[in-house]
Amino acid sequence: MALVLNEEQQMLRESASGFLDENAPVAALRALRDSENLQGYSAELWQQMAELGWAGIAIDEAYGGLGYGYTGLGVVLEEIGRRLTASPLQSSVLTSATLIQLAGNESQKQALLPAIASGQTLATLALQEGRVHRPTHISTTATAADNGYLLNGAKVMVLDAHVADTIIVVARTSGTTDDEEGISLFLVDSGAAGVKAEAVTMVDSHNAGHVSLTNVAVSEDQLLGELNNGYAALSKTLDIANIGLSAELFGLSTEAFERTMTYLRERKQFGEVIGSFQALQHRAAEMFAELELARSIVLKALHAIDSDSDDLPKLASACKAKLCEVAARVSNEGVQMHGGIGMTDEFEIGFFLKRARVLQHTFGDYHHHLDRFALLGGY
Amino acid sequence: MSDMEQFRQETRAWLEENCPAAMRTPVTTDADQFWGGRNPNPTHPDQVVWMERMAARGWTTPTWPAEYGGGGLDKEEAKILRQEMGRIGARRPLESFGIDMLGPALMKYGSEAQKQEHLPKIIKGEVRWCQGYSEPGAGSDLASLQTRADDQGDHYLVNGSKIWTSYADKADWIFCLVRTDNSGTKHEGISFLLFDMASPGVTTKPIKLISGSSPFCETFFDDVEVPKGNLMGELGKGWEIAKYLLTHEREMISGFGMMRAKKTLGETASENWGRAGERLDNAPLRHSIARFDLDTLAFACTMERVRDESNAGQGLGAASSIFKYYGTELNKRRNELLVSASGDVALEWDSEASRGGAISRDWLRSKGNSIEGGTSEVQLNIISKRVLGLPS
Ligand SMILES: Cc1cc2nc3c(=O)[nH]c(=O)nc-3n(C[C@H](O)[C@H](O)[C@H](O)COP(=O)(O)OP(=O)(O)OC[C@H]3O[C@@H](n4cnc5c(N)ncnc54)[C@H](O)[C@@H]3O)c2cc1C
Repeated sequence: MALVLNEEQQMLRESASGFLDENAPVAALRALRDSENLQGYSAELWQQMAELGWAGIAIDEAYGGLGYGYTGLGVVLEEIGRRLTASPLQSSVLTSATLIQLAGNESQKQALLPAIASGQTLATLALQEGRVHRPTHISTTATAADNGYLLNGAKVMVLDAHVADTIIVVARTSGTTDDEEGISLFLVDSGAAGVKAEAVTMVDSHNAGHVSLTNVAVSEDQLLGELNNGYAALSKTLDIANIGLSAELFGLSTEAFERTMTYLRERKQFGEVIGSFQALQHRAAEMFAELELARSIVLKALHAIDSDSDDLPKLASACKAKLCEVAARVSNEGVQMHGGIGMTDEFEIGFFLKRARVLQHTFGDYHHHLDRFALLGGY
Repeated sequence: MSDMEQFRQETRAWLEENCPAAMRTPVTTDADQFWGGRNPNPTHPDQVVWMERMAARGWTTPTWPAEYGGGGLDKEEAKILRQEMGRIGARRPLESFGIDMLGPALMKYGSEAQKQEHLPKIIKGEVRWCQGYSEPGAGSDLASLQTRADDQGDHYLVNGSKIWTSYADKADWIFCLVRTDNSGTKHEGISFLLFDMASPGVTTKPIKLISGSSPFCETFFDDVEVPKGNLMGELGKGWEIAKYLLTHEREMISGFGMMRAKKTLGETASENWGRAGERLDNAPLRHSIARFDLDTLAFACTMERVRDESNAGQGLGAASSIFKYYGTELNKRRNELLVSASGDVALEWDSEASRGGAISRDWLRSKGNSIEGGTSEVQLNIISKRVLGLPS
């Protein structure tokens, strides 16, 4: 597959860009943050996004999606990253629909995917338990009970926790904490008895929260994938999700960089525009180079998903690690190069810094993924 | 079967049959590279065999026009040839400044007679070229060069000196920047001359590098007579050609060192530093190596993307401006890490165990990558001004 965007994807980028400029600029995130909206996203905007087909972009046509593949979803996420748009696209579409497509049986897919693709149902993944992402570190239990299981445990960093209809709970059905084997996945109705989902206010003003499970009864039908063998599908889903988040980080970083360059060409000190100072020029040029690398590895990784490449795990970790590094650098320099105004809440560059950090940490940060990249490389 | 698939199969079969086994082993030292020329000095007889077989098909220069002896391949075919050569580990048959630097400029700015004269000899590896750009007072500020060419009616008389001229002592011809007019700005009045290094009045003096070898020279011109027909492009308009050629030189330099490694750095380091379970024992070194591998992968993807975008008719994007800077900085990192990973034996200068200090010598040579062809700082200046539009 040639490492370029095809015409369809270029058109998608243009239409996404136009739509989001009009309906979801950074100012919309600020307004959401400062409003009394408890949902954490605009339902109206989400409905429009679903009408554009974005909620089903990577879902097979057989299940009500567009079947454009993940490169298409990546293009949309990049544009979303540029505007820091808050929506359930990452939790419900990028992550949950992917996992359901990979692990679900026919009736689960029929029941959930068309509903997700139309934007009616929101699903999310409840995975993390400790302070950092460690996908095998599962001590939430699912113990056999009559006709099913009882779930007990507590989850953190659950995207859109308090607004999700379906929560995919990662639980242990055998083995001990940190084993890959013995991990099972369950489709849990957020309204079920014993489920408590709470929003947490995050630095980036996007939705994430905690989920606690106390003797939540689930039936056999709610088991997603094979008993004890949920890890493979989970791991692949995380690879795909991390690549999607990397596309978002790329958009975010590009926008922050371009805004900074605009400022460098305008702001005057010592009688000259600050962009004429070589100390800033070289840092800017280095960031430009890093962003070009970032663009390439994101596209490579998106293609790896769509071509079902064996290199997916390694490329996913490479991609996320690189984008974490680049986003951190560009968002930090963005504030620094704006001087005092960059520190103000009134100015938007700080929003990029905040969103970058949360995205970096979601499903594993630089350190997690660089370590995994090295391990997959044999050292 | 598609045309491309057929081309691939034929290429594969031809390479299988014609690439000698010795030319399928990795290039580990400079001696493994073959430069051709009047006095080729091969270190292995198959170097000549391999170069001549490839040259006969024009595949020393796969995309150059067939009318001059080039391969005449389109970009897609050239990519297939590269892939198929990579598949069997075939070495590049000919190293050549004629191919990587002069050729593209000659095709764009040379007269038909100049193309007829020089391109076939470059393709067949018969003439080895060197680059006369830098002078003692003109490095990064190349346009301040002072070597003069005075019009003597039927010829130019060249006087002055160049420095850092790579392989000047081994080269047959030089492409040389000279000043033909002093009246305008420094960028005006520069001309682009081609001449034979055997011309009377040309002398070279090798300079020893920190790596111990002497690949480059001081080059002196003392009343060298150069025929008028050897002027390439217009008189006084050589700066444009010089810059065009530099873009090709930088492309070549950015790829240095990327394919020599037999083992990954992680493997080498594991052997020398040990392992703790699945991981390399020394955590900071492991981190540095992983970062290097990550950036190398992302850089390779960028080269691939830029090539694919250009093939898809999307033009040569701004990304190509980073190649020289990024590729050379990466190669320096690789060499630093290789010294760290290899154990202290790598610091022995001429022992057998260190293969004559091979790792150290490569490491020292790599320092020049971010100087030759325009320093890293100059590259960053170019990116910030031309690509990012930041003011001077
Ligand atoms: C291995 C090797 C092979 C070479 N081969 C050839 C060859 O075949 N033919 C040939 O003509 N030349 C050749 N060169 C010469 C090379 O092109 C020059 O060395 C190079 O352009 C730098 O010039 P300089 O050495 O005069 O350094 P200077 O220009 O004096 O630079 C010194 C330092 O100042 C920095 N600097 C200079 N100007 C600026 C600026 N505007 N902003 C910020 N920093 C700046 C530089 O980056 C560098 O760090 C070779 C060099 C090497 C190392």
